Amino acid sequence: MARSPECEHPQKAFGWAARDTSGHLSPFPFSRREVGADDVALKILFCGVCHSDLHTVKNDWGFTTYPVVPGHEIAGVVTQIGNNVKTFKVGDRVGVGVMADSCKTCDACEQDLENYCPKKVFTYNSPGYDGTRTYGGYSDFVVVHKRFVLRFPENLPLDAGAPLLCAGITVYSPMKYYGMTEPGGHLGVAGLGGLGHVAVKIAKAFGLKVTVISTSQKKEVEAINRLGADSFLVSTDSGKMKAAMKSMDFIIDTISGVHSLLPLLGLLKLNGKLITVGLPEKPLELPIFPLVAERKLVGGSDFGGIKETQEMLEFCGKHNISADIELIRLDEINTAMERLAKSDVKYRFVIDVANSLRG
Amino acid sequence: MASQPEMEHPKKAFGWAARDTSGLLSPFRFSRRQTGEKDVTFKVLYCGICHSDLHMIRNEWNNSIYPLVPGHEIVGEVIEVGTKVEKFKVGDKVGVGCMVGSCGSCQSCTEGLENYCPKMILTYGAEYVDGTITYGGYSDLMVADEHFVIRIPDNLPLDAAGPLLCAGITVYSPLRYFGLDKPGLHVGVVGLGGLGHMAVKFAKAFGANVTVISTSPNKKDEAIKNLGADSFVVSREQDQMQAVMGTLDGIIDTVSAVHPLLPLIALLKSHGKLVMVGGPAKPLELPVFPLLMGRKLVAGSLIGGMKETQEMIDFAAKHNVKPDIEVVPVDYVNKAMERLAKADVKYRFVVDIGNTLKPDPSRD
Repeated sequence: MARSPECEHPQKAFGWAARDTSGHLSPFPFSRREVGADDVALKILFCGVCHSDLHTVKNDWGFTTYPVVPGHEIAGVVTQIGNNVKTFKVGDRVGVGVMADSCKTCDACEQDLENYCPKKVFTYNSPGYDGTRTYGGYSDFVVVHKRFVLRFPENLPLDAGAPLLCAGITVYSPMKYYGMTEPGGHLGVAGLGGLGHVAVKIAKAFGLKVTVISTSQKKEVEAINRLGADSFLVSTDSGKMKAAMKSMDFIIDTISGVHSLLPLLGLLKLNGKLITVGLPEKPLELPIFPLVAERKLVGGSDFGGIKETQEMLEFCGKHNISADIELIRLDEINTAMERLAKSDVKYRFVIDVANSLRG
Repeated sequence: MASQPEMEHPKKAFGWAARDTSGLLSPFRFSRRQTGEKDVTFKVLYCGICHSDLHMIRNEWNNSIYPLVPGHEIVGEVIEVGTKVEKFKVGDKVGVGCMVGSCGSCQSCTEGLENYCPKMILTYGAEYVDGTITYGGYSDLMVADEHFVIRIPDNLPLDAAGPLLCAGITVYSPLRYFGLDKPGLHVGVVGLGGLGHMAVKFAKAFGANVTVISTSPNKKDEAIKNLGADSFVVSREQDQMQAVMGTLDGIIDTVSAVHPLLPLIALLKSHGKLVMVGGPAKPLELPVFPLLMGRKLVAGSLIGGMKETQEMIDFAAKHNVKPDIEVVPVDYVNKAMERLAKADVKYRFVVDIGNTLKPDPSRD
């Protein structure tokens, strides 16, 4: 007989979970495994609220198993390490991102691309290798295999740094893979939310010219003055979109809903690359003619491997890049989710977990 | 009374043209320009029939100008060169492909990518720099700027050289550009027609393991025994497709009809590339999850630049990569078009212009 979430592991844990497709989150006592020889336990101080959390609690993608404790932008301090753990010590400032485990032996894992391992385990809503399901960072602590723990650079704050563990790596990885790191290139960032705003910051640090493409005119001042974008294109302004045609080397498309690719493809120069990192619920329409006539491509990218995530954190530390956040309490999560659904946040909610659970 | 096409240039020329959207081709007198200082004039010996010719004679892309003389896989022998021509002399065996002009100064042109020049001029049905409309290779004579003329290596038979100039370069270019030309890679080819069969041959010449993906089970024997493909799967057979899932480094998709991308994306390994060289007229559905979860990409490619086309022809001659052709007399051309519309050809018709195209004496 399956054991209940509270009983299946020896360590008591507490978090907030969604229990059905309403996505409504509420207090949830559960349990975590004992710290094994290769494990690290960390007390969770902060956890970013990713749009994927919202999709998951509502089962938008059709593969949620309830009850689900979301949260994969986890920042905290090490409280316990297993006997085989040499690279972390108690008190270290660390984080856990989108993955909690992988097979560690396949080609992808050997190439430090654990994010493409066919047997990877996600930080939440995933069957672990021990048969129990994983619960994420909207909780008091987590126990993770040492390979999947990231170290925070000294100067990166944990609260504003937490979102880098998903939003940051999700845009950093394709920038490296598709060659967007040479100064002088022109990058378009479609969508200015959690992913988009971090993309602007990282792209500017790489020396790129950045144009934000958005449906919301009111984001323009922020985008240019605060985030450092060079220009701003309202995608519904057909005149401006036409004038910007064939001007960009790359576009990172962070838009999470269904949207038209044709106008974005038109903004690309010859050999231009549109990399999609958002996860709409339905397929998109792909016009083939612009790809053939101008040798353009549409590629996908899915967060990043651990080595690259660590590299991204070091890069952000060096360039003082962190997310623009709105700190909330854990019991405000449902309101935050409603606001997130309306893109009403600049630009990431972060749960102040430790303070919410105090006393 | 001589018509406008007959009068606009000084050299008499003769070919077959379509006059309306029925696409029916018939004898057509016209004229070619004087050999300019950079021009090469050649007597046409053979011309391949490309599926684009069929689309154009029937105005399927809504941009045809009648009368239309198709043909952009043109091969022949030089009979005159302009005073500033350096690369060719009388008697040379040469060819012209899909382009006869470009701006020469934009970034694409300076990088040898004339095919992507916004002012690129097509070999037929397009406006040339002198304001006249270009006429293609179903004709006795061609005049083209030296820059757009390809040398045919001695050991390449002339009838087989034509289809390389469009079908050949169209698949060679993306195999190279997308890094699918390394030995040991596993490459898929979707569709086994003019482009598809060339993709199989070039990929094999590059040392790839090749899987053909087709809707026609009856093409299997040919694909494996004749073309050298390593395996063949029928796209409608779930279990056959399942066996190839996640095994391909890249796919060259030559199919022009609307078709689902999801099953093809699933065949790619992580980081794999699906390259479209056919031109479906409507957008296709792009499933985003599989693209993301395997860091895969969908791209397109269009013919190739002139430098690359010469490189491709030299490679084909060296490695004996030749199209499988059916040579036909010019008066078979309408029947050939009907058969092509039904994909009833292995795998390219080539019109024997040199031996069968003769002006109608009763009109002299």
